[in-house]
Amino acid sequence: MAAGNPFAIALELILERDPVLMGIVSLSLQVSLSAVLIALVLALPFGAALAMFRFPGRGLLVTLLNALMGLPPVVAGLMVYLMLSRAGPLGSWGLLFTPTAMVIAQTLLVFPIIASLSRQVVEDLWEEYREQLQSLGCSRLRAIPTLLWDARFSLVTGVLAGFGRASAEVGAVLIVGGNIDGVTRVMTTAIALETSKGNLPLALGLGIVLLLLVALVNAAAYLLGESARRRLG
Amino acid sequence: MSSRLYVGALLALALTTPLQAEDRHITVASTTSTEQSGLFGHIIPQFREATGINVRVVAVGTGQAFAIARAGDADILFVHDTAGEEEFVAEGYGKERRKVMYNDFVIIGPSGDPAGIAGAESAVDAMTRIAEAEAVFVSRGDDSGTHRAELRLWDDAGIAPDRGWYRELGSGMGPTLNTAAGMDAYVVADRASWLSFDNRQDLTLLFEGDDVLFNPYASVRINPERHPHVKHDLAAKWHDWLVSEEGQGAIAEFTIDGEQVFFPSAD
Repeated sequence: MAAGNPFAIALELILERDPVLMGIVSLSLQVSLSAVLIALVLALPFGAALAMFRFPGRGLLVTLLNALMGLPPVVAGLMVYLMLSRAGPLGSWGLLFTPTAMVIAQTLLVFPIIASLSRQVVEDLWEEYREQLQSLGCSRLRAIPTLLWDARFSLVTGVLAGFGRASAEVGAVLIVGGNIDGVTRVMTTAIALETSKGNLPLALGLGIVLLLLVALVNAAAYLLGESARRRLG
Repeated sequence: MSSRLYVGALLALALTTPLQAEDRHITVASTTSTEQSGLFGHIIPQFREATGINVRVVAVGTGQAFAIARAGDADILFVHDTAGEEEFVAEGYGKERRKVMYNDFVIIGPSGDPAGIAGAESAVDAMTRIAEAEAVFVSRGDDSGTHRAELRLWDDAGIAPDRGWYRELGSGMGPTLNTAAGMDAYVVADRASWLSFDNRQDLTLLFEGDDVLFNPYASVRINPERHPHVKHDLAAKWHDWLVSEEGQGAIAEFTIDGEQVFFPSAD
């Protein structure tokens, strides 16, 4: 498989359903989807609260959150590494070089994206519906679920952006996962490994498989969104 | 809501994966050359067969491998920097160091060989010729075992490489070879990485065989007093297996394109 057309290699990889590749693909999905889900659960209320409430330092927090969308994955990885290392504060948990560590690192990368976007969306909606909701006697806190629900279609885009960031990054998972064969090797670290072996066609073939995978997830989200839109209006 | 159920299941799956994973395993901090050449892929299944212990390899530069082991994040080391290993033991982090195998470093360059190192009398002579010709040379620059060996060669030659033609990358062996191929540059590489490297373009092996290019690998156990949580018993089994007749045989058997890559050296 050393030489050849990357597209042919990608096709072959998919058709063969090589168990090693399937393991890598499923771990990639498991890690990135878990990170997105955890980030979602934390970021929606956080972003919405940031949109609704006024407190000192809020502007600073909003700016910080927006800036963190540009957090380099390798820095996120390093931070998690230092926390989880035996020499670090959470070392006794023994989580370094496990998929859980990779989920934590990617959560850190995805959280700012979803939180920033939900803050913006909720803030805009609040401006729009404020009088209406307040006339119904709805407090700011109680308006949050309503506004988030109303913003659900915009938020899906944010979630997909988060998923894109998680599934595309290599710097964080490489540091905290260690790219261990069969344990913490995901698509991006496998691609980096094949590149460093000089096996460029296979590396690119894996890249094509990854792109298809991400496209599939996005297509699924689109179809779900469309059907929900039709059913719920 | 089935989607909520799915979300919960996925979360649970992600969070419990490390618990479900096979319990009898050790983490070895090792070098990229041993992993990328395929040596571990060859010997680990044999070890697992013999002992039932799984081996997880974190393959990084030797400098980083030492750092991981110092922090207590690996159960055992498998590296190639004799001076660094002895220091690791002397500092009290390592307990026992055993020689496992060796191969050698080689000097790679463009087939046109503008510095004429193919006819050099020694490795130091080859490095001197590269410096005199001011031919482009790429260095790992990542404090790995190979980088440390390369720096010793410059030191022996009494040369302080000049930034004009000396490019320090801060990359692993593979990326460095990719860069050398792209720049038609000279590079010091370990033989295993070179043999398993596919993107050679115009690069070829130009100099080999000097004794100073000797590249010994050793297994170093972690001191239990320093890091009590490390899996010392399982790591000891791996350590002993590597130098056993069986382990040494497995290493000798490993070839790339019919060529033996690592030579057993346990005493």
